[in-house]
Amino acid sequence: MNSDTRATLIKQGAIWAFIAVELAFFSIAGEFLAVTDQAFMDFDNMLLLLKQSAPIGIIALGMTIVMINGNIDLSVGATYALAAIVLLDSMTWPIFAGLGDWVIPVSWALALLTGTVLGAVNGLIVWKTGVDAFIVTLGAMLGYRGLVFMYNGEQPTSHLNWTLVDFAEAQFLGLHTATWFLLGTALVLWLVMTKTVHGRNAYAIGNNREAAVNAGIRVGPHFLINFMLIGFLAALSAVVFYSESGSVNPNDGMLFELWAITAVVLGGTKLMGGYGSIVATLGGVIAIQLLRKGLGHIGAGTETVNLVIGLILIAVLFLDRQLNRRGREALKI
Amino acid sequence: MAVLTRKGMGTLLARQGILVAFVLFMIGFAVANPRFIEIDNISGVIRSSAILGVMALGVTFVVIGGNLDLSVGSMMSFSTIVVLDLHDKLGPLLAIPAMFGLTLALGAFIGFLVGYLKLNSLIVTLGMLSAIHGLTLTWSGGKNMDIDDKSGTWFSIFGQGTAMGIPVPILIFALLAAVLGMILAKTPFGRKVYAVGGNGTAATFSGIPRARVVFFTYIVSSFCVAVAGLLQASRSMGSQNTVGQGMELEVLAAVILGGASLLGGSGTIFKTVIGVLILGFIQNGLLLMGLAFYAQYVVTWVIIILAVWLDIAAKRGRLLSPIA
Repeated sequence: MNSDTRATLIKQGAIWAFIAVELAFFSIAGEFLAVTDQAFMDFDNMLLLLKQSAPIGIIALGMTIVMINGNIDLSVGATYALAAIVLLDSMTWPIFAGLGDWVIPVSWALALLTGTVLGAVNGLIVWKTGVDAFIVTLGAMLGYRGLVFMYNGEQPTSHLNWTLVDFAEAQFLGLHTATWFLLGTALVLWLVMTKTVHGRNAYAIGNNREAAVNAGIRVGPHFLINFMLIGFLAALSAVVFYSESGSVNPNDGMLFELWAITAVVLGGTKLMGGYGSIVATLGGVIAIQLLRKGLGHIGAGTETVNLVIGLILIAVLFLDRQLNRRGREALKI
Repeated sequence: MAVLTRKGMGTLLARQGILVAFVLFMIGFAVANPRFIEIDNISGVIRSSAILGVMALGVTFVVIGGNLDLSVGSMMSFSTIVVLDLHDKLGPLLAIPAMFGLTLALGAFIGFLVGYLKLNSLIVTLGMLSAIHGLTLTWSGGKNMDIDDKSGTWFSIFGQGTAMGIPVPILIFALLAAVLGMILAKTPFGRKVYAVGGNGTAATFSGIPRARVVFFTYIVSSFCVAVAGLLQASRSMGSQNTVGQGMELEVLAAVILGGASLLGGSGTIFKTVIGVLILGFIQNGLLLMGLAFYAQYVVTWVIIILAVWLDIAAKRGRLLSPIA
């Protein structure tokens, strides 16, 4: 029992220990290799890091609950792009011309609705057809991306609303708007997963679906809710990012699903479902962004970032399995 | 009696549904636009599907063995860049085997991680997708790679040549499909791949070296990727670092469309070829019908889900899932 709690502690603390190691490494290595004079641990730099983590981070938080539930969503990148297009394009629609800046909440609502509906489509298909979520969302990834391209061809969709840009660039209590959205999302999802019946059932279904069904849990509605949540969050991520940038390319958001899954797995969530934590995913997101920024800080390019992140992902998988195996053997004795 | 016939129909559709759908598509498109079934058009479609097709052949082995390979797109970019770079440094005769060696080494590394270390293939190949992309960028320095003297080399033969009036990419695709199809269907190794993917524990207990079989499915996959990279490099004689980006999921879509189960243990090379051709002909048919190029993605989405849905619906005997 004692070693069990210790193992859990090690697992949940691992990602934060990893972040600490990264910080120490890049601070020290930065002294010798840095391309600028600025210290890596600079406060503004860390604030910026949190802000830059937001787009993938918000999606990764949603991915966590879908994966805890035993599913996966590969269509988030396309959903993100489509929601961004709806956001920027709807602000120029003639019917909203008389609204002035009140068009902003309307466009936000439309974009978020788009994401939720796309998520619901995935959820309903998984529920009603019984096709594996991997296949359903793989198909949707192609299909939704097709919709993105059909909307505006290969042209970027652009619209800058300065009120919105001011809002997105604002800092409240030192943190950027995007950071508040990231932290807010994490808080809400943490409450959902730890304090509500839906959260408890999602864990139960992911852990052992048959047992959950026998315990009288209706699996389908929980699938649907989680897919709607991740669709909503992919749209929220787009809303937060494109409010500031004001221009979306039809290829935007490609490979976001893979980055999000990487962050979730780094945070220790199991692919098979039933195990995982929102807070640890937040750690995974920060760890990845830290690695990107840190490697940039010591003068390494994109190629090294890709190489290192890929190998770390595999190393984490390996270590996790070694730890688990030892845990199981200890249990046997 | 009627029930029996319906059940018979169901089994037929479940077994050969993808073939029936393929034929229906071809007839539909041909009626809509006669140009669709002209030899030129058909040969053009197969030729442009060949690169995706070759990769799909290898991934079929991996999927039947019960694993996934998301690294093929990134690995294909690597092969293409490497062979183009070495072409000017070593000459084509040495560049091609060197590229095959390096690509097979990557495949062996993945095979070692998934087969012998028994790590989850989705995450391993996801990590390798990123890592190999990093390798490619390191190799090329982020720049596009071009062959200097494009007319003074025979290297273009693989992607652009014809033999007996048939484009070489089609011949290579057909030959590889025939050989790999034979290996999968007729050799002990092929049977072991099915056994390992169908029920790994049972396979281990019957003395099948599970780790080694999984290892070799990734060797086959990386070999196919090397061939695809060769075709790509030879066709365009120059390339960006991201040429294969996103192809892993299209390849997987073709394999799934062909009816291979992601759980492993089922699928054939022939069906994968049909899956590849369906994707290619849909794209072409929709274009000829005047639809927007990108509408094909939406149609592909609908077809993938319908195909898999009908497949499992026929197996469980009811349309809607039993999920409450």
